[in-house]
Amino acid sequence: MNIDMSLVDWSRAQFALTAIYHFLFVPLTLGLSFIVAIMETIYVATGDEKWKEVTLFWMKLFGINFAIGLATGIIMEFEFGTNWANYSWFVGDIFGAPLAIEGIMAFFLESTFFAVMFFGWKRVSKKFHLLSTWLVAIGSNLSALWILVANGWMQHPVGMEFNPKTARSEMINFWDVIFNPNAVNKFLHTISAGYITSAIFVVAISSYFLLKSDKLRDFAKRSILVAASFGLITSGYNILTGDSSAYTIVHNQPVKLAAMEGLYKGKQGAEIVAFGILNPEKEVGDINEDFLVALSIPKALSILGYHKLDAYIPGLDDLVFGNEKYGIESAASKIEKGKKAVAALRAFKEAKKANDMPKAKAALEEFRKYEKYMGYGYLNDPKEIVPNVPITFYSFHLMVGLGIWFFVLMVVMLYKAMTGTLARSKTWLKLAFYSLPLGFLANEFGWIVAEVGRQPWAVQDLLPVKIATTHISTTSVMITFFMFAFIFTLLLIAEVRIMATQIKLKAQGGHNV
Amino acid sequence: MKIRAIIDMYIEGFRNMGKLGKKLWAIIIIKFIVLFVVIKMLFFPDILHEQFHSDKERADYVLKNLTGGGQ
Repeated sequence: MNIDMSLVDWSRAQFALTAIYHFLFVPLTLGLSFIVAIMETIYVATGDEKWKEVTLFWMKLFGINFAIGLATGIIMEFEFGTNWANYSWFVGDIFGAPLAIEGIMAFFLESTFFAVMFFGWKRVSKKFHLLSTWLVAIGSNLSALWILVANGWMQHPVGMEFNPKTARSEMINFWDVIFNPNAVNKFLHTISAGYITSAIFVVAISSYFLLKSDKLRDFAKRSILVAASFGLITSGYNILTGDSSAYTIVHNQPVKLAAMEGLYKGKQGAEIVAFGILNPEKEVGDINEDFLVALSIPKALSILGYHKLDAYIPGLDDLVFGNEKYGIESAASKIEKGKKAVAALRAFKEAKKANDMPKAKAALEEFRKYEKYMGYGYLNDPKEIVPNVPITFYSFHLMVGLGIWFFVLMVVMLYKAMTGTLARSKTWLKLAFYSLPLGFLANEFGWIVAEVGRQPWAVQDLLPVKIATTHISTTSVMITFFMFAFIFTLLLIAEVRIMATQIKLKAQGGHNV
Repeated sequence: MKIRAIIDMYIEGFRNMGKLGKKLWAIIIIKFIVLFVVIKMLFFPDILHEQFHSDKERADYVLKNLTGGGQ
């Protein structure tokens, strides 16, 4: 099979670029919508007009982000149809239902109540307006649910059966798809990460107000009280969902976990590397040390993966070359079975074409026997199952490190806001302000772990990215890559400039326009 | 809220929109034109829908790729 890897790489780069830019807008929509809803709830409950001022300002920034981020995700759907036609067809039936529900829900909940949120202040009752704000928040988050269900399915395809006649995955159990543990954990971890990002956003900008002017002390304190409380609760929750996500990865995507931890040789009582520098010379199967420097927490990975001190965690060497003692099948054996699955699929297709039903039936039986290894049939080398270890490892550790920092930041900012010492803590205010981009960065690192870590698969074990790609001109993919880079950069500049103008106006005590 | 009141809310909302709202709507409209008219139509055809006329043809094409006969 002749595959142009530069086309595959450019198609992946283009999808990564659009997903990364899109996910700069999404976390703020997910979290800021709830922060605004909480602020408005306090306003409605207390009748205090200062809370209305707080609500209005953050609602305005939410609106800017929503408007500029709107439809940036649709580009990925364009790419599915053009650059990933094989993949789109292969997953079509599975993705159809969740994405259709997402479209309908997003339209009714977000679009309808969004108008009330911005146009309805003087036209509907306070309670109805509050309800609309909450429904926008819930609608935005439900949209994320359906997208992440689809993504979770790609990482752990359940509730489906591949139909060799139509070349499509067909849903056989909707609830298995929805309650796929990978999807549930992914959804909870992703939205809570968005909540933290939004909390940091509010805390950072409020810290800027406190650093700039005394006039906004009350406004900033109220904002920080809500955002830091929200951020603290969601930080704690994010750590729990991160733990559950890791648990599902241990069981469903062991290669990804080994790459996340830079674990080459499996071990009982495996440690978690808290800090480490990977050995750049290290390759799968060689005798080099995994790390140049490493600071580890003993047994932690076994506890995380199996809730047992001495559980065996397979390393990349085990997963590539196999380990009989622990019943781990080698990638070479899986490739052999995968090739049988592909050959049986081919035989089925040819037998159907020749109208040879007994032969088709036998081929189908053979295919079903090896079906779960199908994707391996497209690999040429067992080492192809290993993703880029440095990117996965460092992204994972940076994400975790930032998550811990956010938890500490929220604790300190909340404590200082509650004790009235915030305005005097210039160092913490500056730290909070400079942390603003870190929340966005942590989200991107998380996605890099999720998506780079699952390579070479588009659909885990069933469809590698090199088969998922459409064979179109590499040049056209390159052109659209740079076109998107330009458009998204323009949108990002517009977002930052418009928001910065509003923030500066607020800091100067001027009117928000 | 009656239908008339909902329509009025939209009309009044757009009529009394500030500079920021107008700017954001301009960005949304330009973005939609660029995305849906220029990018989608010129650069992102739905390959399977444009090149094939039935689901059977599409399935055959993908099956050919999956079984090594395509690409």
